[in-house]
Amino acid sequence: MDQHTLTWPKEGNSRVPYRVFADEEIYRAELDKLFLGPTWQFLVMDNELPNPGDYKTTFLGETPIIVTRGEDGQIHAMVNRCAHRGNLVCLKRQGNDSLLTCVYHSWSYDLEGNLKSVAFRRGIAGKGGMPDDFRLEDHGLRKLRTDHFAGLVFGTLSDETQPLSEYIGNMVGERVGRVLYGKPKILGTTSQILHNNWKLYLENVRDTYHASLLHTFFTTFRVARLTNGGGVLIAENGRAHASYTRTKDETVGREGSDKLYAGIQSQREGLHLEDTRLLQNVSEFGDDITVQILSVFPNFVLQQVNNSIALRLVLPKGPDKTELQWTFLGFEEDDAALRELRLLQSNLVGPAGYVSMEDGAVGGFVQRAIVGGNDETSLIEMGGHGHTSEETRTTEASIRGFWQAYRPLMGY
Amino acid sequence: MTPAELTRRLELDALYTDYAHCLDDDRLEEWPNFFVESCYYRITTAENFEAGLPLGLVYLTSRAMLVDRMMALRKANIYEPQRYRHLIGAIKVQAEQEGGLSVVANLLVVRTMQDGTMSVFAAGRYLDQLVRLDGAWRFAHKEVVLDSRQVDTLLAMPL
Repeated sequence: MDQHTLTWPKEGNSRVPYRVFADEEIYRAELDKLFLGPTWQFLVMDNELPNPGDYKTTFLGETPIIVTRGEDGQIHAMVNRCAHRGNLVCLKRQGNDSLLTCVYHSWSYDLEGNLKSVAFRRGIAGKGGMPDDFRLEDHGLRKLRTDHFAGLVFGTLSDETQPLSEYIGNMVGERVGRVLYGKPKILGTTSQILHNNWKLYLENVRDTYHASLLHTFFTTFRVARLTNGGGVLIAENGRAHASYTRTKDETVGREGSDKLYAGIQSQREGLHLEDTRLLQNVSEFGDDITVQILSVFPNFVLQQVNNSIALRLVLPKGPDKTELQWTFLGFEEDDAALRELRLLQSNLVGPAGYVSMEDGAVGGFVQRAIVGGNDETSLIEMGGHGHTSEETRTTEASIRGFWQAYRPLMGY
Repeated sequence: MTPAELTRRLELDALYTDYAHCLDDDRLEEWPNFFVESCYYRITTAENFEAGLPLGLVYLTSRAMLVDRMMALRKANIYEPQRYRHLIGAIKVQAEQEGGLSVVANLLVVRTMQDGTMSVFAAGRYLDQLVRLDGAWRFAHKEVVLDSRQVDTLLAMPL
């Protein structure tokens, strides 16, 4: 189906046609209009590439990207595609080099993506070689714009993307700074292959309603419940959101909460942990927020679950396949006890996490269920039809915010 | 090979064989019994391991935490019915210390989903510290180093 012929339901952001999660044409249009369009996408943390020549490869959507630390000390990013005949210039996930040299015909680029040399450019003994009017400076790697926020580096291929701090906005921007208050130090990385469209994962991230219902561990061990205080902040244009939970604060009392969850499968009676160290929580952010999940459109997530901090990057790999990359963080300032606590709490999240393993599967369940339902829509009406900030998490307002950001870019 | 070395080799072969069958027979409640009380168990990736990064996809620092993980898998977590089939081999003693052994072994796990879809779910190695307890070898330290940085969908049951 031609993506231009999709008509969005008149109910607006509270209805999403299932077609957008499965259609190949729509997926291809997203790669062009969103991922190569006027959006900021996370590339690296500034301190991940400390030395000139350090580089890392990543993606804008499915397009391969090189991120470098230049001789000038700045971060540079460019498309990982040789200007000659399109080969990958950097093959490794990360490394250090003074020049980026394509293995195919040995064309070399500096760390900013400028073409520096072409093998046999003058030919041999006056024969062959490039034409006289060939100019190195006309054939560099395609460069991205980069911008920084709280030690995070984002990139875009569009000249029109507004400055990153404006794109994230002050309200959610403060919530980024709240979590990333120190010098980030990577504790480890992993990735997860999800058998669903990338947007189903982003809906899940923004879905404050599901967490204590799908994730039984959350509810049973009182890590987070909907009856805890909390809410969700949503930028007016829908691009950024941050949900938060105040676990110490039971709005309806402990018994009141048990009563509301009674009969819901996610509360199990009489369970307890033999070793409760991973449920301990050290106050480090200067407030009583125990869980904060934040996203920046289209595909960046910053998570704080107790003292577990992680960046999640959602990479589309086809209409029904997504790679979820996890980078777990601590800070240089952490003492040994806090570092150990973060490692123990990493059991809560990631591909094997007590509270997030279900998220690895539930998008795939939806993907399987919507086959044959291209002309049907989902129903996103918890909390009404708007996408404004709310002091409750019993709402789907931030999911509607996602579609508010998505639709204009796609022309829906 | 001396008779003592041969005996030890047979003991280790029996230990890893029992470990594989315990997991694949879904006798998960017995899994913690392979470990000493103050054990360390981590599942990580070769990439993290080689970079010296401490993160575990699963990171447990007592036998009680192993018991808790089994309880959570049985009672709290939700995942589709699936089977893991562990193939453990190439068991090699790396070093011998007083009262203990450092052992490396390969593992391959084939996962079968309820619709019959089969895939190689995990390949990697165990880096283990074994101690003798009540006349049997027990894991004091077990590190599962996966060759891939990717996990398909989710990792529920122990490796």
